[in-house]
Amino acid sequence: MTKLTMVEAINLAQAWELAHDPDVLVMGEDVGVNGGVFRATAGLQQRFGAQRVLDTPLAEGLIAGAAIGLATQGFKPVAEIQFMGFLYPALDQIASHMARLRSRTRGRLSCPVVLRMPHGGGIHAPEHHSESLESLLCHHAGLRVLCPSSPQRAYGLLLAAIREPDPVMFLEPVRLYRLGRQEVEDNGQALPLDRCFVLRRGEDATLVTWGAMVTETMKAAEQLAAENIDCEVIDAASLAPLDFETMLDSVARTGRVIIVHEAMRNCGVGAEIAATVAEHALYDLRAPVQRVTGYDTIMPLYRLEQDYIPGVQRIVDAVRTTLIE
Amino acid sequence: MLRFGMDRNHTVASFTIPGRQWLDADGQCSGEPPEFARQPAEMLAMYRMMVQTRLFDTKAVNLQRTGKLGTYPSCLGHEAVHVGVGAALRAEDVVFPVYREIGTKFWRGIAMQDILLYWGGDERGTRYADSPQDFPFCIPIGSQMPQAAGTALAFSLRNQPRCALAYVGDGGTSQGAFYEAINFAGVQRLPLVTVIVNNQWAISAPVSTQTAAATLAQKAVAAGIPGLQIDGNDVVGVRHTVAEAAARARAGEGPTVIEALTYRLSDHTTSDDASRYRSADEVEQARAVEPLLRTRRYLEARGWWNEDAEQQLRAECSATIEEAVKQYLATPRQSSDAMFDHLYANMPRNLQWQRDLARRYAAHR
Ligand SMILES: Cc1ncc(C[n+]2csc(CCOP(=O)(O)OP(=O)(O)O)c2C)c(N)n1
Ligand SMILES: [Mg+2]
Repeated sequence: MTKLTMVEAINLAQAWELAHDPDVLVMGEDVGVNGGVFRATAGLQQRFGAQRVLDTPLAEGLIAGAAIGLATQGFKPVAEIQFMGFLYPALDQIASHMARLRSRTRGRLSCPVVLRMPHGGGIHAPEHHSESLESLLCHHAGLRVLCPSSPQRAYGLLLAAIREPDPVMFLEPVRLYRLGRQEVEDNGQALPLDRCFVLRRGEDATLVTWGAMVTETMKAAEQLAAENIDCEVIDAASLAPLDFETMLDSVARTGRVIIVHEAMRNCGVGAEIAATVAEHALYDLRAPVQRVTGYDTIMPLYRLEQDYIPGVQRIVDAVRTTLIE
Repeated sequence: MLRFGMDRNHTVASFTIPGRQWLDADGQCSGEPPEFARQPAEMLAMYRMMVQTRLFDTKAVNLQRTGKLGTYPSCLGHEAVHVGVGAALRAEDVVFPVYREIGTKFWRGIAMQDILLYWGGDERGTRYADSPQDFPFCIPIGSQMPQAAGTALAFSLRNQPRCALAYVGDGGTSQGAFYEAINFAGVQRLPLVTVIVNNQWAISAPVSTQTAAATLAQKAVAAGIPGLQIDGNDVVGVRHTVAEAAARARAGEGPTVIEALTYRLSDHTTSDDASRYRSADEVEQARAVEPLLRTRRYLEARGWWNEDAEQQLRAECSATIEEAVKQYLATPRQSSDAMFDHLYANMPRNLQWQRDLARRYAAHR
């Protein structure tokens, strides 16, 4: 087994599917000759040819729309949007067609498309390169939205996404791309794409998070563990649909829930989780639900990005708030 | 004019795209130079700005390499387009840049420190104290185009003799927003000058990835507006052509699309490694026709310039740049309030507690 970074694992999953499924195509801006601006598709065009790993014109609406056309002819496009901040021109195609084609043709036509896109900040990137826009996507019925937080989960979830018969938005946290290495077995084994991952067991509070914020949340949990506060940490991983069973089971045991995300607070996915906990587990709660999120601002330029991204201390303080009897 | 059916088989439309050049790579001018190019003061002002832009650009790349600036898109090789456009416009026109057009920004009075602040990740970099209506950098490719058309419509509705100038890259011409904007400009005869900076690459994608058309200028034809191609390394041609188009625009004679052919001599940005996708040979060939040298040759051939003047100019520019860098590096970091300050004219109440929270946790960093 080899130790891989997340971006290498993402590359490997695409290579596996290209090698094992002749209908899989990779497409996007700079994905071919250049291998992607983050190297997520490095070497794939050399290995599989320019017919299967395609450099497109600079047009996100085209990328998403062409993926729909290809998909209805039996191809499985895995398309890259270069940064999540450049998703907007593609949204018309995604919202008006990709998400609803199955429904409006009563199951006759479908879109087994994966749109991969770098997500979030923390790498000193320029304006528009650090956005966390998962809520925009989760608010469209018919889409699945995934956000992995480790090389193994990126590999397994991307395989699942490519094999899924419906469109999957695959959000790749940029600051995890090369943060660490993990053993990833290149065995073509997919992970379930509608399940949370419980990363840490605990009885005192449930921390729900995803993507890059898993790092800060795990650190907060470790810091609290030193004070004998035992946190359960859940990586939501699938943001649409959410795996409420796992979350509610956990809340039933701990009675406290703290939701952590990088995206802004207003209408964030955290609000959906909080509302569902209130609907189904209010009487299990021993303290009000807490949200630790980005502020309701534009993602600032990089000098202030660490002021924007929730830090360990904010998470620790939020957990402590729930423990005040 | 409504038409019903066709009476016979014949060509119903055809087009030609003029290509123009004044200064060739040796600085020779084919034919009589335009009026401004016969005036040393005009030509020297442009040359000085081109040199300043080049030296600033080199410095910015070095600042990035030493960790003092964020990702930076070099404009190496684009100086003639940027300065020619700057010199062709009036202060009351409005420029819609992409992200590389440093020379135009300088010409329009935008401070070096501001440009450094922006690429240094500081919100204050787009205040533009001396350029109140120009738009800031536009990173989402192509999205500036409809805004430029709207601004042009405003000039037209108010009968103001002004024009909007929109920059767009070769890659940017693939976006729907580009077509939407030039199409509208044609329909409304808007005072919109579009300068397509065809530097032959969009990150790793050559123009052949974007289009099968022989020129980008001919995209104007489908919008019913004039399109032409010029040598973008020729500052005389750029200024002359853009000034002509701008004058027509201000006079109510409608939009123009100008494709300026140049070459991105640098990596796409400091995060890119162009050697992955293009040959050193190609870059060398492009370097041989770069814009500064030919401008200098033109000046020298007329006895307006020499090595001493060059050395003095470079020393002056370097001093100005060092001073700007010093000020940039000495600019105190903004507080977390900067995220909230200009979000709304009237800050909503429920944002104030978030601003206070951000202040509290900023201290923990
Ligand atoms: C909508 C959008 N998609 C993708 C990107 C990423 N990106 C930044 S620059 C660039 C290439 C632009 O090429 P071109 O328009 O030719 O301008 P140049 O960089 O050559 O000046 C790309 C794909 C972006 N900024 N905006
Ligand atoms: Mg280009």
